[in-house]
Amino acid sequence: MAVDIKVKRGLKLKLKGEADKKKVNALKSKTYAIIPDNFHGLVPKILIKKEGTPVKAGEPLFYSKYNEDTKVVSPVSGKLKEIERGARRRILRVIIEADETFEYVEHKTIDPLKEDKASLKKHIFNSGCGIFFKQRPYGIPVNPEDTPKAIYVSAFNTTPLGADFEFILEDKKEHFQNGLNALTRLTEGKVCLGVDKKSKSFLHEMQNVEIIRVSGPHPAGNVGVQIQQTNPINKGEKVWTIRPEDVAILGELLSTGKFNAERTVAVCGSDAVDRQYFKTTIGAEINSIIEEVDTYKTRIISGDVLTGDKADNGDHINFFSNELTLIPEGNEYRMFGWLPFKDNNIHSTHNTSLSKLLNKSFEVNTSLNGEERALVVTGEMEKVMPMDIMPMELLKACMTGNIDKMENLGIYEVLPEDFALVDYVNTSKVEAQEVIRQGLDLMLTEVG
Amino acid sequence: MNWIRKRLDKIKEPFQPGEKFEKFAPAINALDTFLFVPNHKTKKGAHIRDAVDLKRTMITVVLALVPALLFGIWNTGYQYYKQLDVEYTFIDAFLHGAYKVVPMIIVSYAVGLGIEFAFAVKRGHEVNEGYLVTGLLIPMIMPVDIPLWMVALSVAFAVLIGKEAFGGTGMNILNPALTARAFAFFAYPTYMSGDKVWVSEASNLSAVSGETILGTLAAGKSVDYNSASMFFGTIPGSIAETSALLVLVGALILIVTKVGSWRIIAGGFIGAAIMGLIFNALGSSVFTGNALMNFPWYNHLIVGSIAFGVVFMATDPVSAAQTLKGKWIYGILIGIFGIMIRIFNPAYPEGIMLAILLMNVFAPTIDHYVIQGNIKRRQKRLKLQTVKSS
Repeated sequence: MAVDIKVKRGLKLKLKGEADKKKVNALKSKTYAIIPDNFHGLVPKILIKKEGTPVKAGEPLFYSKYNEDTKVVSPVSGKLKEIERGARRRILRVIIEADETFEYVEHKTIDPLKEDKASLKKHIFNSGCGIFFKQRPYGIPVNPEDTPKAIYVSAFNTTPLGADFEFILEDKKEHFQNGLNALTRLTEGKVCLGVDKKSKSFLHEMQNVEIIRVSGPHPAGNVGVQIQQTNPINKGEKVWTIRPEDVAILGELLSTGKFNAERTVAVCGSDAVDRQYFKTTIGAEINSIIEEVDTYKTRIISGDVLTGDKADNGDHINFFSNELTLIPEGNEYRMFGWLPFKDNNIHSTHNTSLSKLLNKSFEVNTSLNGEERALVVTGEMEKVMPMDIMPMELLKACMTGNIDKMENLGIYEVLPEDFALVDYVNTSKVEAQEVIRQGLDLMLTEVG
Repeated sequence: MNWIRKRLDKIKEPFQPGEKFEKFAPAINALDTFLFVPNHKTKKGAHIRDAVDLKRTMITVVLALVPALLFGIWNTGYQYYKQLDVEYTFIDAFLHGAYKVVPMIIVSYAVGLGIEFAFAVKRGHEVNEGYLVTGLLIPMIMPVDIPLWMVALSVAFAVLIGKEAFGGTGMNILNPALTARAFAFFAYPTYMSGDKVWVSEASNLSAVSGETILGTLAAGKSVDYNSASMFFGTIPGSIAETSALLVLVGALILIVTKVGSWRIIAGGFIGAAIMGLIFNALGSSVFTGNALMNFPWYNHLIVGSIAFGVVFMATDPVSAAQTLKGKWIYGILIGIFGIMIRIFNPAYPEGIMLAILLMNVFAPTIDHYVIQGNIKRRQKRLKLQTVKSS
């Protein structure tokens, strides 16, 4: 079974500094950290409190205040080093000092296609793999008691400089298939796998799932676009999504009984020196992957250029990120830089610059290229929004907190990542992703 | 460049947060960002941003206005010397025009930007660039002999009541430049209409008449100009509206840079042409006496301010319809109403200003119905789903 999706509206942004298709093992990190903020909507309840307590890889560190079965487990074995807290004792990071060799929690091995549905689900959530799922609407951890109407995995990454999932999964084919098999038992509906239509890779041959062959510019690879085009979310419905490498972790857990939190991270961006794929473990220190950089000149992004988080040398990689991007900071003033057709080496989607005519890869920096203004220009957001969503109207509804209107305009179908390009293109420098996040949080508290 | 930057940073020191003049930071920032694109970095959301900003967009509109403005300055002098019937050169005409027009531009910018800066300081937000366009548009659509204090008053009214009262740039319902013109028109009709205001100093010369073509037609007289002069713009009228050719050059700049919506511009001309054709047909059969009705439809498109209004006023993204379909409807209706008011209102034949203001008011309604289309699709889907599952 396969469906084709052709995305027309969007933006193919060619940036300098793509990661080479080479995989190496990263240095072993001294500490590993789980950042509760990586799971939006999860309020952590700590299970292991005392510093120095030994933990095994796969042992629960904390669970969701709202649901005991939503657990986050330790990616490595070692000792609890610190629970770092911020203002009002909010937990910022749970840091584990790693052992030399990892000791894993032993789980039973399961054939997902034969196991009873309920006990399979229980097993997945107990082992800590439940946290890999995100629920749409809202982009929050899933509730194990729900049965989603479908599960979507997008193995096609169209983000500028984004990691190539096909390359990452190449040596995890069996685990990936096993994981997909498990997904089919969690939903009454379909499990859909988005793949790049142009490549003829092994991903097209995956079994027991519906293959969605996607073509077009970013955000075609976003799972949100694929859902919207094939089986849009209505009010009251829930769809689960999971990232491809996490499907492989789930598959491995079921076939070997080990929670092996391997994360492949593409180091990319024009400021990165050693641009290739590093195999490491979830929550590793950034310094175990790249050399220390001057953060005044270079920005470290844990994640991709559109949706990642700003990080520092001593920080740890994000739970879900497959990229570590290094791009120059935009500290420069540009004299009369606002003149039309000046500074064409800075990419612009608008016709007030000649940059579109230059068929080259652009070196981008973090300059805002202007200042935030009121929304004035119309029609520019629609060009990068392939969903049947009116972006400007939805943003305005979110800004004014108009719940009825947000619902009517399709807030349930979007997540901030779907508005990342709106962030990029809009003339008024409005923080669209943040506005959508606030809108979603409001819906979550008001409607649930 | 570095030296200028350092001087500026030095000047800005007392305006930094916590310093003496912190409150006035928006004013000094506005001047600074005019020289330099600031070194602001992305803090949240996407880490990289497009090179475009509102300043670049607005300056593009200003550039698109320049051809029509330069022609308007020359035409002001040309009309002046023509009525005197004396020898003059191109430079003479241009200088006379500049002598009349430049003070109006200065007054418009001084008053308008003064108010904008004051509001920015009071509200603690940065100065928006929208007035760069509005401030130039206002003198361009005024009769040449209007006293400067009237320009100042109209500007103040437009910025205060037309814009700031609604919350500033981006929130206004009416196009501010047209608000200024409408204010002047209704407050001082003798300076804004008739046969003595369109040519520089015409009121001092009792023998000469400097009527606009539309005025002539409304009075039932015959027109002495041919289609070519109407198209090139060597006719009396508001300062920069007369040359359809140079307005079209501006339109081309707006459309190619995609700063102005081609849908609105095309819609406006299509609507006006349709209405012109209808009235031409009626004029030759039903209402035979009406000179404006019998005025050929293609001439309707090039005289008066219809071209200028459709290209530069209707396309103001804030007061126009914002949805793609909405822009078509909005544009076409402006064309239709513009010609309709022009023909049916003998007291004031120029209807495009009123047509645009009217459609500004209705633009949110048009958008509302377009948005409903999207909402209904979603609700229908939900209904189908509920039927299926029950």
